[in-house]
Amino acid sequence: MYEFLIAPFVEFGFMQRALAGSLMLALGACPVGVFLMLRRMSLTGDAMAHAILPGAAAGFLLYGLQIVPMTIGGLIAGVIVALGAGAVSRFTVQREDASMAAFYLISLALGVLIVSLRGSSVDLMHVLFGTVLALNDDALTLIALISGLTLLTLAIFWRALVAECLDPLFLRSVSRLGTPVHFIFLGLVVLNLVGGFQALGTLLSVGLMMLPAAAARFWTARVEPMCVLAFGFGAISCIAGLLVSYHASLPSGPAIILSSGAIYLASILFGTRGVFNTKLRRHRHRTA
Amino acid sequence: MKPMTDACLTFKDLTLGYNSHPAVHHLSGSISSGSLTAVIGANGSGKSTLMKGIVGVLKPMAGICTVTPGKRVAYLPQQSELDRSFPARVVDLVSLGLWPRRGLLGRYSTEDRDAVSKALMAVGLEGFEKRAIDTLSGGQLQRALFARVLVQDADLILLDEPFNAVDAKTVGDLIQLIQRWHGESRTVLVVAHDLELVRAHFPHTLLLARRPVAWGETREVLRPENLLKARRFDEAWHDDAPWCEPDDGHGHAHSHAHGHDHAHSHTEGHGGHHHHDHGEVHDHPDHESGPRAA
Repeated sequence: MYEFLIAPFVEFGFMQRALAGSLMLALGACPVGVFLMLRRMSLTGDAMAHAILPGAAAGFLLYGLQIVPMTIGGLIAGVIVALGAGAVSRFTVQREDASMAAFYLISLALGVLIVSLRGSSVDLMHVLFGTVLALNDDALTLIALISGLTLLTLAIFWRALVAECLDPLFLRSVSRLGTPVHFIFLGLVVLNLVGGFQALGTLLSVGLMMLPAAAARFWTARVEPMCVLAFGFGAISCIAGLLVSYHASLPSGPAIILSSGAIYLASILFGTRGVFNTKLRRHRHRTA
Repeated sequence: MKPMTDACLTFKDLTLGYNSHPAVHHLSGSISSGSLTAVIGANGSGKSTLMKGIVGVLKPMAGICTVTPGKRVAYLPQQSELDRSFPARVVDLVSLGLWPRRGLLGRYSTEDRDAVSKALMAVGLEGFEKRAIDTLSGGQLQRALFARVLVQDADLILLDEPFNAVDAKTVGDLIQLIQRWHGESRTVLVVAHDLELVRAHFPHTLLLARRPVAWGETREVLRPENLLKARRFDEAWHDDAPWCEPDDGHGHAHSHAHGHDHAHSHTEGHGGHHHHDHGEVHDHPDHESGPRAA
C-alpha cells in the first residue's frame, strides 16, 4: 500500500513537484470552474483555453519552451479575447456565446499559424498538452502566485460575484460593480488557464477547471460547499492521475483529467442529486 | 401635487427609448416624497421603460431624470433576470437586499439577520429560509422578492407589475405591504394593470401612452375620456417618423395634472403626421409654452 500510494511522492523530486503544482492549480481553478458552470459558461473555459494558444505559441516561437514568455504571451492573448468577447456581449445585441466563439476561433487559427512557422508537430504537442512531470521552480512559483491571487480575488468579490450570477439586474440597480466583476472573473479564468498550461497544456487545463466543478454540482445545493467539494475532487484527481501515470507509464496530464472524468461519471450516478437518488429510487413522500 | 420642494423624483423633458425610437416621450413633472403613485397604460406604453430610466439601468436619450440625492432606490423589475437554477436559498436571495447597507465587504451583523427574518415574516414566508429558490412557486418567489425590497429599506420603491400571475390572497398581502410603505412616508411607484385595484388603493396615477396622457389624482386621471385617449395610442414604431427636433429653448410645457397633449408648435409643419401621437385628437393645438405648471 505504502509502496503504491506514498513511495512515488517520497522518492522522486519530480513527483513532488508535479503534485505540488497540480494541487495548487486545483486550488484556484476549481472554484473558478464552479462559477463558470453556474453562469452557464462551461464551454467558455474551453474557448479561452484555445484562445491563449497564439500568445503562448508566439512566446514559444521567440524563446523556446520557457515558462515566462509563454505565460505572458498566453495572458495577453487570453485577456484580449476575454475583453473583446465580453465587451461585444455587454455592449451590443450579440450574446456572449457567439462573440466568444468568434473571438476564440480567430485566436486559435492565429495560434496554429504561428506554431506552424516553427515547423514540427512535436512542438505543437508540447504547447497543447504540457508536461506536469517537468515543472521547474519558475513554473511552481507562477502557479503558486496565480492560485493565491485567485483565492484572494474570489474572497474579496465573492458577494458581488454571487449577486451577478443570481440576479444581475438587481446588482445593477444597487451597485456599479456588475460589469467590472464580470471582467475580473473572466480575468481569473484566463489566469488559471495560463497557469495550467505548463503543467497540463492549454487543452487539458480546462478539464481540471470544469470536471470537478461539474461533479460537485451533483452533491450539494449551495455555492460554498460546492467550491470546497470541487477542490476536493480536483485534488483527488491530481493524486490519482499522477499515481496512475507513474505506475502505468502513461502521460500525466490526460491521466489527471481522466481521473476527474471518472469522478464526474460516478457523481452523475451516485451523487446525492444524481441519477440513483433522484430518479431511480422511489422516495416515500411526506404529508407536507 | 405638492410643491417641488419635497420632490423625491423629478423628470425634466425626459425621453427614453431604444434605437432612437422613444418609448417615453418628453415627460416632465415630479413625484413628491411620500406619495403612492400607480403607473398605468397599455402594453408598450413605456411603463417599464420609465422604471428602468428612474433606476438608471437605461440612459435617457434626452432630458433628465433626477432622484433627489440621498434617497435610496429599490427596484423590483417586471422581467427579473433572476437565475432560479442558481444554488441559493431564500435567505440568500433576501439577504441581497442588504447590499445598500453592507456593500461588497461589510459583514452581516445579527441586526441584519434579524431584518431578513422579519422581512420574511412580513411577507408570510417564515420557515422558508432554507428552501432552495428553484423550489418556490411563482407567488412565493414574488413574496421573497418583496421581502428583499423590505430589507433594502429604500426611500423610493419602484415595483414593475408586481401583481402579475399572483393569486388574490397574495395580491392582498402585497397591497398591505405597499400601504405600509406608504404609511412609513416612503415614495412608491407601482406599475399596474388592474384599474379597480388602482382606484381602491392608489391616491395618484400616471397614465402613459408613450407620452403622459394624464397625471394627478387617480379619480381625475381614470376618467373615461383619458382612458379613451390612452387607448387610441399607436404602439408601433415608424421608421419614417420625422425626427423630434429640440425645442426652441422654452422647454416642453406639460401640465401633468391635466394631461395636456404636448404638441410642438413646429410639428404642425410636418403635414399633420406626428409620429408619437399619431391618430390623436389635438385638443390644444396652441399649446402653452410658458414655465411648467406643476
